[in-house]
Amino acid sequence: MTTFWAIGELVDGRPNRVTLELATIVHGLAEAAGGSAATILLGPGAREAAAEVAAHGPSVLAAEVDPGDRPIAALLAPRLAALTQERRPEYVFLGATVDARDTAGLLSGLTGWPVLWNAAAVSWTGSGPQVQMSTFGGRLLTESAFTAPPGIVVVRTGAVSAQPASGAGSVEEVALPEVEELPQVRIVERVEESAAGVSIDEARVIVAGGRGVGGPNGFVALEELADVLGGAVGATRAAVDAGWIPFAQQIGQTGKSVKPALYVAVGISGAIQHKVGMQTAGTIVAINRDADASIAEFADLLVVGDLFEIVPRLSTAIRERSDR
Amino acid sequence: MRIVVLLKAVPVVGTERLTSDLRTDRSGTLEANGADEYLLEAALKLAETSGAEVTLLTIGPAGATEALRKGLAMGAASAVHVADDQISGSDGTQTVELLAAALGRLEYELVFCGADSSDGGGGVVPAALAVRLGLPYLSYASQIEPAPDGSSVRIRRLNPTGYDVLEAPTPALVMGTQVLGEPRYPSLRGIMQARSKQVQTWTLADLGFEPSAVGAAAARTAVVSAERPPERGGATVIRDEPDAAVQQIVEFLATRRLL
Repeated sequence: MTTFWAIGELVDGRPNRVTLELATIVHGLAEAAGGSAATILLGPGAREAAAEVAAHGPSVLAAEVDPGDRPIAALLAPRLAALTQERRPEYVFLGATVDARDTAGLLSGLTGWPVLWNAAAVSWTGSGPQVQMSTFGGRLLTESAFTAPPGIVVVRTGAVSAQPASGAGSVEEVALPEVEELPQVRIVERVEESAAGVSIDEARVIVAGGRGVGGPNGFVALEELADVLGGAVGATRAAVDAGWIPFAQQIGQTGKSVKPALYVAVGISGAIQHKVGMQTAGTIVAINRDADASIAEFADLLVVGDLFEIVPRLSTAIRERSDR
Repeated sequence: MRIVVLLKAVPVVGTERLTSDLRTDRSGTLEANGADEYLLEAALKLAETSGAEVTLLTIGPAGATEALRKGLAMGAASAVHVADDQISGSDGTQTVELLAAALGRLEYELVFCGADSSDGGGGVVPAALAVRLGLPYLSYASQIEPAPDGSSVRIRRLNPTGYDVLEAPTPALVMGTQVLGEPRYPSLRGIMQARSKQVQTWTLADLGFEPSAVGAAAARTAVVSAERPPERGGATVIRDEPDAAVQQIVEFLATRRLL
């Protein structure tokens, strides 16, 4: 019987969006394969988060662990390696966030398991999971597979919609085996630069700006629009390099890949390096002065005009509509 | 302080294609992976300020030499090219083993590498490599500061709301981001000097690898199919004055149940 594990990620003690999506994925794979699925939650707050996650999958294994001054991936990887030794799952799924990618890499180093990364979709072929990836800047859609179990799959946020399972799942508190820690890395200082708003990994709506936004002041209008839509603000590399917005909000080849339901691209030409990070969004609305910009080739709606005239009016119109 | 920079040679962005057996075609022109160049730049700045010595390491076909030559012209002191026909088609874990073996023959306090590669790498090789070498792993660096005596390193690790300052003893592996700063262009003088710099070529035999341990036949992941994605677009275009345009956007979003 094939066993699938989702490795959850806790942010301030709560499961993030991709955790619930991973629980949904492993649940679906287990049903297709006639196997079993579990979500693993390790870290501060795991016990309390377990019930919420159990609603999305058949079972949760949880353990409270205190990272102390270690990065979270360095805490998780050796413990996950020990748990996989003990319980022998065939396939382990993690999110494509910064911390989970580190965890996946460290886990691969510890176990020697191969990794398929940046999965945009996961299916069961009868002999193993098959993973869809957007390759070469989105010019190809490839399907990849392991030649044999075991394997680690890194899944992008938004690959599926999280679905509550029928009936509440079970929660098991696991006793973690003693592990050999990874070579020492210490967090000596934590610096908060921006308030934790909706992160672009989690957001259902992203309002993103590029060079056309013109400067940090232009992003204020985008933030207002993101706010009325309940979304997050993203940016192209050009806007990040110009220092208008932090790197954490960069979308594209050297930033994050996102898959929101709605992507509003403001003053973004649509270069291939940006396209690769957002082309799988549900709906793409582009607001651009130039009707011939490459983004016209893959947007669903192109609004030709001055963003400074359109974006504030759009925020007002949406706010008035929701106030009605 | 000795720094080894891992520099992947990738097909020129925009020209990538698969071979008939669904592997990345590396027979054409290759260039240095953009994400790795930020780390090379960070290493070269340390070379200027604290006399660090920078060595490049790449695994790849003959065409990878071009990427190394550029790195040497930018200012790296020497380069190692692991090249062997058998390596083509290796998967990520095999790449980790090969890099670990090559690094085992080099002396260093720091290993630098980029966050991902433009031809499809997902940024999990650096962490696995650090584990394999028993090195502290510091990732998503926006700033890298070795201690003056080289015995430890501090980095800023970016996260969604700010950064953490991480510290580890050396030798250590640092994966970094573009926030480290734009890479320099090679100067004419640098290009001239690069001609006399040494590029060592190592084969599988030099690294003590059996040819059967690497390559497509031994890979544990494989691309099984590839197709062109469905075309998006056929965008509806709105060219009205702002108030009318906004009204149409709202209607469009409402129809798609996005409000």
